[in-house]
Amino acid sequence: GAMGGSASLIPRDLLAEYQELTFLSKQEILLAYKRFSELLPKEERESAYSARVPKSQILTLPELRANPFQHRICHVFSTSETRDDSMSFEDFLDMLSVFSDSATSDIKSHYAFCIFDFDDDGTLDRKDLEQLVNCLTGQGEESRLSSAEMEQLIQNILEESDIDKDGTINLPEFQLVVSRSPDFASSFKIVL
Amino acid sequence: RDTQQADTEHLSRWKKWRRSSSKSWKKALSEVKGLSSYLVLWQRDIHSIEGKFGTGIQSYFSFLRFLVVLNFLIFILMFSFVTLPFVISKYGIFNSTIAYISPKNIEDKCTIYEPSGNKGLVYFYTYLKDLFSGTGFLEVTSLFYGYYTVDAVWIGIMRYNLPLAYLLATFAYLAISFLWIIKRSVNGFTQNLVHDADPFQSYCNKVFAGWDFCITDPNAAWLKQRSLQYELQTDLQEEKLKQKIAERTMKEKLRIYSLRMFINIIVIAILSGCFYSIYRVTVFSQENSSDSDNANSLVNLLVQYLPSMVITLANFIAPLIFSFLIRFEEYIPAFEIRLTLMRCVFVRLANIGVLLFSLWSQISDCGADKCKPCGYNYKLYPCWESDVGQEMYKLMIFDFIVILAVPLFVDFPRKMLATHCSCKLIQWFGQQEFGISDNVLEIIYGQTICWIGTFFSPLLPAIATIKYFVIFYVKKIILTHTCKPAARPIRASGSNFFFLVVLLIGLILAFVPLGVSIARIPSSKACGPFRNFNTSWEVVPDTILEFPTVLQQILFGMASEAFAVPFFMIICIVMFYFIALARAHKRVVEQLREQLVLESRDKMFLIRKITEAQR
Repeated sequence: GAMGGSASLIPRDLLAEYQELTFLSKQEILLAYKRFSELLPKEERESAYSARVPKSQILTLPELRANPFQHRICHVFSTSETRDDSMSFEDFLDMLSVFSDSATSDIKSHYAFCIFDFDDDGTLDRKDLEQLVNCLTGQGEESRLSSAEMEQLIQNILEESDIDKDGTINLPEFQLVVSRSPDFASSFKIVL
Repeated sequence: RDTQQADTEHLSRWKKWRRSSSKSWKKALSEVKGLSSYLVLWQRDIHSIEGKFGTGIQSYFSFLRFLVVLNFLIFILMFSFVTLPFVISKYGIFNSTIAYISPKNIEDKCTIYEPSGNKGLVYFYTYLKDLFSGTGFLEVTSLFYGYYTVDAVWIGIMRYNLPLAYLLATFAYLAISFLWIIKRSVNGFTQNLVHDADPFQSYCNKVFAGWDFCITDPNAAWLKQRSLQYELQTDLQEEKLKQKIAERTMKEKLRIYSLRMFINIIVIAILSGCFYSIYRVTVFSQENSSDSDNANSLVNLLVQYLPSMVITLANFIAPLIFSFLIRFEEYIPAFEIRLTLMRCVFVRLANIGVLLFSLWSQISDCGADKCKPCGYNYKLYPCWESDVGQEMYKLMIFDFIVILAVPLFVDFPRKMLATHCSCKLIQWFGQQEFGISDNVLEIIYGQTICWIGTFFSPLLPAIATIKYFVIFYVKKIILTHTCKPAARPIRASGSNFFFLVVLLIGLILAFVPLGVSIARIPSSKACGPFRNFNTSWEVVPDTILEFPTVLQQILFGMASEAFAVPFFMIICIVMFYFIALARAHKRVVEQLREQLVLESRDKMFLIRKITEAQR
């Protein structure tokens, strides 16, 4: 029904290319196309695979709506030159591919690192960790940890993961810690 | 994209096929699960509760559902093997008759049993009173043991040994409950065993892998944030507390230990007070309710319900006192919760035990030759099993009334006050949270009563099924309309296992009174299927004596010491083997953890070497 209709909107060679380059199956790509085109106004739906969707529209997706990392996700996957965090269809597919079931844990941990790196400086320092924990516990006043608790928590995290003891977590250290975590693969997942 | 391109090029066709086939298999499984969710009772209700209130509260409701199904199964068992044959033969369907064997060697005095079936014109409210107290017209129905006064049932030419069936059905329902609970708790047990030891890199795991990216519902997201906050805070607090405990001086240790001993003495004193009052009240109630002068008055009904009321009061007050006292004992929070729960469990279950013990002391009260010919107090209790059944029935009815009345008279008014009145005192009192452990103990208490009572009152599981069915909807309404979500979300897996352990304790505790009733106390000679036997258990050896000699010898051999002792020794050896295996596994897990730490140190060493070499 609807699947058949949208299949004709993506040229077959593009579809094959997407299947090659991402971890998604043909079904998943078509479903993604359907959801992506629903975010666009009616006039632009024909050429959805070349349009860009503004960030505010992306954030209305139920999968991202309740996610505290929604802004970081849009920022990391967006390839917009104007830095307005808008996403094209290929960015969208990229995101779904990384979060899919079949992505390797290397890819997932790499992108997780980018998402958690709030100041985009290539390492997770104390400020990044603080912002990360605040995202996890909630934004309200009474749901944040006290500064003493935050200190203790960051101290413990760095103790467990900072191997070269420089006070920050770089990508290899992060990937090592995450590879030993049993819950990471099942929690770092978005399914449409 | 470049990296992905590089990645996917490396994958061979075989791996791609494997990946796609595993994906489609997972999809098929999820479809099947979706379909089966329509068939399971209350699946959608419980799912919506989980989404709104978290997994801790959801585990309570799925526990309730488990009990409904269990009770229904027990009811089907007892009904089809005990009630149905008897009712069929009573009304002569399928050419069936009842065989009454006249009792031999029993004095006439023991067989006099005239339950007042309320024949003739009586006031309407006596029916109501009988409904609540299990006497009168209810006593002669199939609800109680006394109805089944039969020795065998002939269906056509087949002889159906009803006494044996009664006893075996009792054993069967106990065994089914036992096995099913153990099966359900095995999952939780293995998880507990593995996660018990100090978790490796627990903080990193919680922070980096803590957020479930699949959450789409904003309410579920908010719940997850609360539970993460609570988990992190409790972990940090426990770490600080452990440090403090490790730094305790000898003087402080002495002070705390003596304080703990003192508080434990207070707890024992409170428990003894409860038990003694239950004993006195039961004796009083038994003595005064068989006084038929004011048999029809409300006072008489209240006197009959006095033990139930005292037990419920004790079950309500004791936990409050315990949770107040535990603060002074300065344990770590997790242990505090566990210890308070264990104490509350003990109070609730022991109260039932004391009630039964006081009943038996009345029944076997053999001073002054009261029970000379029959072995039990035949004047006051011509059919003592029915009396015990009535007590269990009363306990169950009263429990049900309390569970229905508390929301009506306490929860809803409280919610009304909290929302409409802005007085400081009432706001401090506040809306209540859904106390999971209190509610769970309540239903475990009810279930233990059901297990004990089913032997004396075969249709009791039907009442229990209906009761839990209604309770599900009542609690759901209370939850959605009056409770605010808990400030401290509870992890489901740990609590689920704990509930099942407590239920198992209740079941094992139920074995004791049943064992004593079946094997030690002489069965009543005036009613019931075990008239012709000394005790209820005797029907089994009697039946075995009718088997062919070879089978007899085997069965008697199994019950003798020559078999039991070696069997016991073998079981001990098997148990030690499994304990040793579990310990070995734990040691392997420890070693692997240490290896991981060493590995990271190796990496650190290599990174340092590389940075040095680069300079």
